[in-house]
Amino acid sequence: MTLADVHPTTEWYLVLSAVVFCLGAFGLLVRRNPLVMFMCVELMLNAVNVTFVALGKELNDVGGQLAVFFVLVVAAAEVVVGLAIIVTIIRRRPGSDADDISVLKG
Amino acid sequence: MEATVVFAVAALLIVGGAVGVIFSRNPVHAALFLVQTLFGVAITFIDLDANFLAAVQVIVYAGAIVILFLFVIMLLGVDKAEDLEIEPIAGQRPIAVIAAAGTLALLLSVILSVGLDFTGGASSTGALNEVRRSTPFGSTAEPATDIRVLGTHLFTDYVFAFEITAILLTIAVVGAVLLARRPLGPLEPLPEDDPSEVAP
Repeated sequence: MTLADVHPTTEWYLVLSAVVFCLGAFGLLVRRNPLVMFMCVELMLNAVNVTFVALGKELNDVGGQLAVFFVLVVAAAEVVVGLAIIVTIIRRRPGSDADDISVLKG
Repeated sequence: MEATVVFAVAALLIVGGAVGVIFSRNPVHAALFLVQTLFGVAITFIDLDANFLAAVQVIVYAGAIVILFLFVIMLLGVDKAEDLEIEPIAGQRPIAVIAAAGTLALLLSVILSVGLDFTGGASSTGALNEVRRSTPFGSTAEPATDIRVLGTHLFTDYVFAFEITAILLTIAVVGAVLLARRPLGPLEPLPEDDPSEVAP
């Protein structure tokens, strides 16, 4: 079997998305900057999106792409509200990191 | 062969961008690496015949969400480099490595052991193949059938979820405005008078 016979199968995409998901989870666990933590959440969401589209193609079902559509909308809403919270916190206490978000009270 | 090369390029872009997001000390660099990853995902979407989603990925993610990140970074002036050497919680990084590697091992074992044998699986909601057969690649007779199928199912089978996302977006906008609004004057004490009676 030569290289020319190799074609990407659905498993390849699933493995790729698993790798990216775990990279995002690792970044979320180790970084302290809340903005970078949000970016790592975006990485994890994108990994799941690749899984949805790959399995949607495998199953010949448009539901996979529709799920990605909804994930996209929820991600946009989450980023907007999360960044607003971060703006509020950092305006009060410049140089805050993830530890300061533990005092989220009124 | 070409498909393998496309997949390899996209995978390199995605994984390289993800590693860059995690290990770049400057948040602006992390945001730019995130754009690289998002473009790689868009290439993957095109590879998987999801053309509309690839366009939406570039427009919404790279065009709106990352720009929002950059806006906040520059608005707050938090674009100074972070020292990644310090470890605030003792033993946090080894535990994070173990947790991520364990999750990856579990996912890979499931993916590689189950085996995908879906051939002939009946599609309940949509039939992507039928549409693709009726309009071959490059035909200009009826463009954007991808969008047509998505729209048809979005406004019939998934219309309730669609309405819920509309409400969610409205709530998110109102909440963001309420949270990020700069308060007029000091926060305390709260004014007891009717705001309409306050002299201008």
